[in-house]
Amino acid sequence: MAILITPSTKILVQGITGDFGGRHAKLSLDYGTQVVAGVTPGKGGLFFEHGTHKVPIFNSVADAVKATGATVSAVFVPPPFAADAILEGVDAGLDLVVAITEGIPVRDMVRVKRAMAGSKTRLLGPNCPGVVTPGTGKDSSGGCRIGIAPGYIHKNGHVGVVSRSGTLTYEAVFQLTSKNIGQTTCVGIGGDPVNGTSHLDIIKLFNADPETHGIILIGEIGGNAEVEAARWIKDHCTKPVAGFIAGATAPAGRRMGHAGAIVGGAEDTAAAKIAVFKECGIEVAVTPSDMADALLRSAKAKGVTLT
Amino acid sequence: MNIHEYQAKALFEKFGIAVPKGTTATTPEAFITALADLPEGPTMVKSQIHAGGRGKGTFTDGFKGGVKFCKTKHDAREIAGKMLGNTLVTAQTGPAGRKVQTIYFTVASEIKKEYYLAILLDRNSSKPVIVASTEGGMDIETVAHDTPEKLFKVIVDPAYGLADFQVRELITKLGLTGVEAKNAGKLIRNLYQCYWETDAAMIEVNPLITTPTGDVLALDAKVSFDSNALYRHPEIVALRDLNEEDSKEIEASKYSLSYIALDGNIACLVNGAGLAMSTMDIIQHFGGTPANFLDVGGGATKAQVIAAFKIILGDKNVKGILVNIFGGIMDCNVIATGIVEAVKEVGLTLPLVVRLEGNNVVAGKATLDASGLALISGSTMADAAQKIVKLVA
Repeated sequence: MAILITPSTKILVQGITGDFGGRHAKLSLDYGTQVVAGVTPGKGGLFFEHGTHKVPIFNSVADAVKATGATVSAVFVPPPFAADAILEGVDAGLDLVVAITEGIPVRDMVRVKRAMAGSKTRLLGPNCPGVVTPGTGKDSSGGCRIGIAPGYIHKNGHVGVVSRSGTLTYEAVFQLTSKNIGQTTCVGIGGDPVNGTSHLDIIKLFNADPETHGIILIGEIGGNAEVEAARWIKDHCTKPVAGFIAGATAPAGRRMGHAGAIVGGAEDTAAAKIAVFKECGIEVAVTPSDMADALLRSAKAKGVTLT
Repeated sequence: MNIHEYQAKALFEKFGIAVPKGTTATTPEAFITALADLPEGPTMVKSQIHAGGRGKGTFTDGFKGGVKFCKTKHDAREIAGKMLGNTLVTAQTGPAGRKVQTIYFTVASEIKKEYYLAILLDRNSSKPVIVASTEGGMDIETVAHDTPEKLFKVIVDPAYGLADFQVRELITKLGLTGVEAKNAGKLIRNLYQCYWETDAAMIEVNPLITTPTGDVLALDAKVSFDSNALYRHPEIVALRDLNEEDSKEIEASKYSLSYIALDGNIACLVNGAGLAMSTMDIIQHFGGTPANFLDVGGGATKAQVIAAFKIILGDKNVKGILVNIFGGIMDCNVIATGIVEAVKEVGLTLPLVVRLEGNNVVAGKATLDASGLALISGSTMADAAQKIVKLVA
């Protein structure tokens, strides 16, 4: 088992004919992911070809869903059109929309999130690396890769990873795989101030997933999403959890690359979040090199086997 | 993106938000014509820089106060002469301060009471929030900490917009009645419209004032915009003042590099914002001080690495460089080749530690080793950070 997606999940790619979307659709196909459709308005009827793969392109998400049974979408559409693309996926009744696009205006996301209230669709991102459920083949192939993460660094197993940052997620996954510890699912929730799925949402899914034995929670300065997740973990999660917060050295008022990574007050500093992590029984990684080891420490203390 | 107070006030006027009458001047010769637009009498002289805390700031020549009350226009002219071209240091500028290149003269309004009003994104609800307080003119963080009962919040439903009952709620909590209530209501509605329509990240009016005649005015205005939305607001992009931005940060943005200068002496060059932040952290963890935040994005091309090295080396405090690249999709060997060529092109002489990991990393490391350059390889982030800290110590 895994969360959000499994190797049999059928996905469609919105923006598959763009450079960025096309490149990553190919990598997902190579990974063994069921990329069953592409969507580009005006290019319906054409095909996206890669090796022996011939993926049909549709004019709308609704058409693609009807013809292929896709339940998840990856959005690679440029920022001015991305909010619209997300809502199209919601309207088509998808289970999950993964918005990779970086640079969507905040006001657009405020409207999208409000419009999604009450819908059955979950949004991951935007400005996120996506989600990977590793497979059991060579270099974890045979899994489901949605987005831009390098598939080969993963390994099928029992640890869940959730993070706002792309490369920091890869760092954690790489450490785990290097120690022969596999992952159930690795989730990037994105670095924007308004996103669809929170740390807590993912933590709840990992907690309920019997295959997930331990969790790495990676956060940043700004907002209180990590604190909210930590407090829930304290009360509801018995699995080993390791945490890391980036941005201890970031000056207040300067945004650190991610639109959401900005210290606005006393409560969203790295020090404040780390203090809450400790208080909630989360094993804190002292440096980013320590993430996998921190989880091992927590697992050992709780007598849990991660492999 | 930030704008000056005088620009924010002009924007406010477009949205029907009352502000004291004001004019600007950028040369001493222009003071007279600028002041001629204002009535005789008490006048405020306000230095225009992007940092806050101007009133309590000090100029580098010892002159105190970047915002001054003057009894007459004649006095205002004299004070403006002391501010223009002078460098103002405030709590937010850092010790270097900012050169004042524009003076804003306004009518000095008679103040009955000061309030606080701001609109920004509430991250918890993902909706706009209006924050108001009866404690105007104060640092709002202090008010929130010491007297939270004097801070009022209204969260706006973006599907409906600001509702009348919410405006009434704010006015009641601020204790306004009669003509003041009517004027404040109009101002709050217009301010929300300004926030929403311009894709503002934050609008802060501190203080908002009432006058003895019942007027409600925005006495100060701080407005910043969502940089992701600037593409649909050319009129706002036109307000950008490059003098207020770090020249290295402007240069970096030309190469899609996200760069922020800091005070330390170990420069870093990293791909990905989260990894870049934690690279700064790990340098500090092992006893060093980071000189910058620098995210080269997902690619890290040769042109980007060259540009990044040049920007880093423009900071004279830098004594060593740490490159930390996790090449997920990118071939590490391509990145390594880019680093080697960049080092040769800029003639780097400072200690350089490179930590490379990911796709085709063995070939990448071989390229670095075979380059003949005096660069040092780090195996993990911790190893690399410890090495560079030791080298600059």
